[in-house]
Amino acid sequence: MRNVWIIARREYKLFFISPVAYAVAFFFMILLGWFFYSALRDAIIQSTYQAYAPGVQIVISPLVTLLLFTMPAITMKSISEEMRMGTMELLLTAPVKDWELVVGKWLGAFLFILSLLAVTWIFPFVLNFLVSPGIDQGILISGYLGLILMVASLVAIGVFISSLFNSQVVVFLVSLAIVLIFWMVRPASSSAGGLGTEILSYLNFIDHYLNFFQGTVDLSDIVYYLSLTSLGLFLGTVSIEMRRWR
Amino acid sequence: MIEVEGLTKDYGPRRAINDLTFQADSGEILGFLGPNGAGKTTTMRILSGFMPPTMGTARIAGFDVVDESLEVRKRVGYLPETVPLYPDMTVFDYLKFMADLRHIKNVEDRVDDVLEIVHMEDRASGYISNLSKGMRQRIGLAQALLHEPEVLILDEPTIGLDPAQIREVRNLIQEIGRQRTVLLSTHILSEAQQICNRVLIINKGEIVVEDTPERLQAGLTGVQRLSIRVKGDGDGLEKLIGDISGVTKTTSVHEGAVEVESSPGMDVRPVIARQVVEAGFDLVELRSIDLSLEDIFIQLTRDEPEPPSAKDFSEEVQIVDDKGRI
Repeated sequence: MRNVWIIARREYKLFFISPVAYAVAFFFMILLGWFFYSALRDAIIQSTYQAYAPGVQIVISPLVTLLLFTMPAITMKSISEEMRMGTMELLLTAPVKDWELVVGKWLGAFLFILSLLAVTWIFPFVLNFLVSPGIDQGILISGYLGLILMVASLVAIGVFISSLFNSQVVVFLVSLAIVLIFWMVRPASSSAGGLGTEILSYLNFIDHYLNFFQGTVDLSDIVYYLSLTSLGLFLGTVSIEMRRWR
Repeated sequence: MIEVEGLTKDYGPRRAINDLTFQADSGEILGFLGPNGAGKTTTMRILSGFMPPTMGTARIAGFDVVDESLEVRKRVGYLPETVPLYPDMTVFDYLKFMADLRHIKNVEDRVDDVLEIVHMEDRASGYISNLSKGMRQRIGLAQALLHEPEVLILDEPTIGLDPAQIREVRNLIQEIGRQRTVLLSTHILSEAQQICNRVLIINKGEIVVEDTPERLQAGLTGVQRLSIRVKGDGDGLEKLIGDISGVTKTTSVHEGAVEVESSPGMDVRPVIARQVVEAGFDLVELRSIDLSLEDIFIQLTRDEPEPPSAKDFSEEVQIVDDKGRI
């Protein structure tokens, strides 16, 4: 476990000296700020006609979309960079278990996104002052819990993809394609019908988030994201092991 | 310390190493010599626990490299061929990271120690991306020494270093090799000659020969070769020497210089010296020519056997020292 932490710590620090991470964080915050501003403006226009107070959803909803598309850029370097630079040889000949390496890589990136998420708390905080009687704290908490779980699974998948290819560009594109599939399964699931609908809607990445979004914390949704995270980490470990045998 | 038996590794259909068997004991520096693509790096990667062999076993300090990989990795210091460094870290942070992974106590002190060993203490706070190739090589070596490993595996440790640094690293390896086991690969033959107790020549994945550098030379030379030089044009010198008993062959190299081969086990030098001087020549040089490891190497790794060409050994060392590679 100690090794996991050592690797995660290095990984986390690396984000703060990496230009890519800064660029991603910059655009992330700019876009989020813009969405927040335009949602507020719409709310003000609407409130002139009827009693309307924007909920915390105006922050969380764009966050889901942004995080989905930020993830490929955050995790693309994770393991592929080590392989490209040859430092993988260093890590794989150090007394570190393969799973410790993968989990460490995952934890580092996960903590970086959590730091980013922590900064976004400023928006609900501001909103709380603007609306009366303040925002729904329950939805805020459940919404962020859902975001954290979603990010955990996305990063795990990203780390796995990163362990498959040496090229960052390939990793980025494949991760993006997977995110898009998550995005598309939803409309597809509604048109399948029957058992297909049920399976597709269970697999649907976004639908599992909707309950959190509405303020209900359902165990099945938590299990879904946690199992997806474990699956990503497991496949990542297998992929590293396979590399040794190649 | 290192026991390798029947080690074989296939990359797809290509066999990189085939049925390697060798041992190395504590306090021994084993040189791994061979042309590019001979399988040196593959063997070292298997021994360091980076990848498993297709067939055969390798044990380090009694631990199997596949089944007890973690134990092996704890005991091995490994410097890969392409020195693995994180360019965006400082030298100190990098070494500290590696030391942390190896659960070393008093990390900071140990990092300072290894930096002192490789003479890089003044660059501790500098970024690795700003280091020269030779410095990076030394940091890679420092990394391999961090945990005072029982076995040190070095893949071309002196590549990219300047002559002064090469001498330093060689001295360092020799020092380490007194108590520990060092396996180093090189294609600089004089290096193997200088620092290794034993040399293993490998070609196309198979061990061609395994012996001490001295015995390799002696065994392959058999006959004694001499070079004789006199002042002036040396008219009649070749004939004079050719008539001495024990001399089997004389070759005139240039005016006043003759190369002589004598039958094995006979030292003809005193006789030649006396005869040459008595005949009125001014003898300026009489010296035996060793077959250099380089000649042996070429001879052993060549496909079709050809008689070795004798080269001047003492000159060879200097040439090979600086840039001599195959």
